[in-house]
Amino acid sequence: MTDQSAPAVSDAGGRGPAAPALLRAHSPAVSAARARRWGSFYYAEQVLRVMKGYGWTIVMYGVGQPVAYLFAMGVGLATLVDSQAAFGGVSYLAFIAPALLISAAVMTAANEFTFPVMDGFKWRRVYYGPHASPLTPEQIASGHIMAVTLRFLLQSAIYFVVVALFGASPSGWGWVSVLVATLAGLSFGLPLMAYAASIKEDKGQFAMVMRFIVTPLFLFSGTFFPLDSLPLAVQWIGWISPIWHGTELGRVFSYGYEEPPLLTIAHIVFLVGLAVAGWMLTKRQFVRRLGQ
Amino acid sequence: MWVPELVSNEELSSKPSRSKTQGDQMQYVITAKDLTKTYGDVTAVDGISFSVPAGEAFGLLGPNGAGKSTTMKMIGGVSQRTSGSLSIMGLDPESHGPEVRAHLGVVPQQDNLDEELKVRDNLLVYGRYFGLPMSYLRPKADELLEFAQLTDKAKSKVDALSGGMKRRLTIARSLINEPRILLLDEPTTGLDPQARHILWDRLFRLKEQGVTLILTTHYMDEAEQLCDRLIVVDKGRIMAEGSPASLIREYSTREVLELRFGSERNATIGAELEGIGERLETLPDRVLIYAHDGEAALEQVSARGLRPVTSLVRRSSLEDVFLRLTGRSLVD
Repeated sequence: MTDQSAPAVSDAGGRGPAAPALLRAHSPAVSAARARRWGSFYYAEQVLRVMKGYGWTIVMYGVGQPVAYLFAMGVGLATLVDSQAAFGGVSYLAFIAPALLISAAVMTAANEFTFPVMDGFKWRRVYYGPHASPLTPEQIASGHIMAVTLRFLLQSAIYFVVVALFGASPSGWGWVSVLVATLAGLSFGLPLMAYAASIKEDKGQFAMVMRFIVTPLFLFSGTFFPLDSLPLAVQWIGWISPIWHGTELGRVFSYGYEEPPLLTIAHIVFLVGLAVAGWMLTKRQFVRRLGQ
Repeated sequence: MWVPELVSNEELSSKPSRSKTQGDQMQYVITAKDLTKTYGDVTAVDGISFSVPAGEAFGLLGPNGAGKSTTMKMIGGVSQRTSGSLSIMGLDPESHGPEVRAHLGVVPQQDNLDEELKVRDNLLVYGRYFGLPMSYLRPKADELLEFAQLTDKAKSKVDALSGGMKRRLTIARSLINEPRILLLDEPTTGLDPQARHILWDRLFRLKEQGVTLILTTHYMDEAEQLCDRLIVVDKGRIMAEGSPASLIREYSTREVLELRFGSERNATIGAELEGIGERLETLPDRVLIYAHDGEAALEQVSARGLRPVTSLVRRSSLEDVFLRLTGRSLVD
């Protein structure tokens, strides 16, 4: 390997002085100033490049999964349960469509904010590369979050278009549920990211999160039936669930579901509050762990 | 082009108008004073001081756990010191982290390449962290791939590279911002001899271009090959400082006679070898006799009727310096 390639390199060195004359990096001061201002975006760019590698999976997840659910539940199951009175005067399909949108975002969050974080700190230590560059730990965390937010938006938008084609979003405000789904993804995902960033040893914690947190939340958050049809003993699962708060909010926008305005505000405050708290914890965890 | 704000020593001394004190004062790119880092009860770096002038290849030599990597992390502006002072290009990494890191190229001990990205994309992505535009990065990436002898691997995934290739890619990546200071933490650990020599050759070229190299190693041959000057570190403290040759002169003899008598006798033979050479060191597997003339020492050994299983005369190395300073060998 070396014998053939070595002379080629010294040749390149020979004509070197002329070629690199045009090729000059800007000064470290400029690098630092740009990184201070745009660093999060730079890191988001990296995460998006990696995501591009599994872009097809993302699109399929965005289209395939909801279509399957919509058919199975909204069309199939609906033939059995379609008593519009039970679902606030809309079709069963319209009732579950926002719930599936929100749940899909939350499940994506459960993937994007767990394994890749572990990969960053431990498995392939990808965070440590940018950490040696002018980027700060906060920027690495926020860049990661920005890229995933973009995925939420894209995936939810695709989903919304599918739902609209099914005629399951009668309100003109239905598109707002794309933003609601993104918010719900962050409010569930950021506290989880803080937790993922604190894990030093992988003992299958993420599988436990999927099984014992995500799945129950998915089932008991007023997703397939109104929350108040459940006994009080399990209703609390919905109250602490970003999926429930997001779903109720999504229903308000997609078919004008009626609830007290204060409750609508409470949904927003709950989701934003959880996302902000998660972001603060994540930031602290990243600074602490990378700065060791 | 970015013109370094530092003035080289030659320039300084060639300007008679400058005052004598300025002429004597070297222009240091890195200055550490009483640098200390503790993790809980453990003191990883225990008050070390050193300065590195621009263009020098400066080494930290010591066994695993000596505090070399911790020192590198502090210089790299990613780990905050517990006490002492540290200045890189005149900046304090604690308050000017991004500015300090913008000056550096860093080759970490463990590769942390983006395995899911292609070889060339690794360079592009890394350059973006410095806010470098694509118009600069595309040709620069090709230039660096050539430098790292990876041009024909540009479109491969990182997974497909050998250990030595990954190391060279990591070095290429560290050069994307044209740093004037390159930090290399154990650059050749885990590489086979051929891969190490290719890597050393690349590092020599950088040195010729005036890049300041800071490297840690526990390989004495690497330190001897690459370093103009080094500090020997053990348990977070500096044991000695100087050029490889001067350290050997100061702490060892010109030659060393290595004798093996078999593991049983090595320990007890010391008394019978008394008086040969300047100093005797008994290791579990061999006995070292430090002497100016190794051959002559070997003749003395034979004259006493002692018959070692094997004998070897060699030049003193930094390994001997380390043994002398700490009573232990470098690679455990």
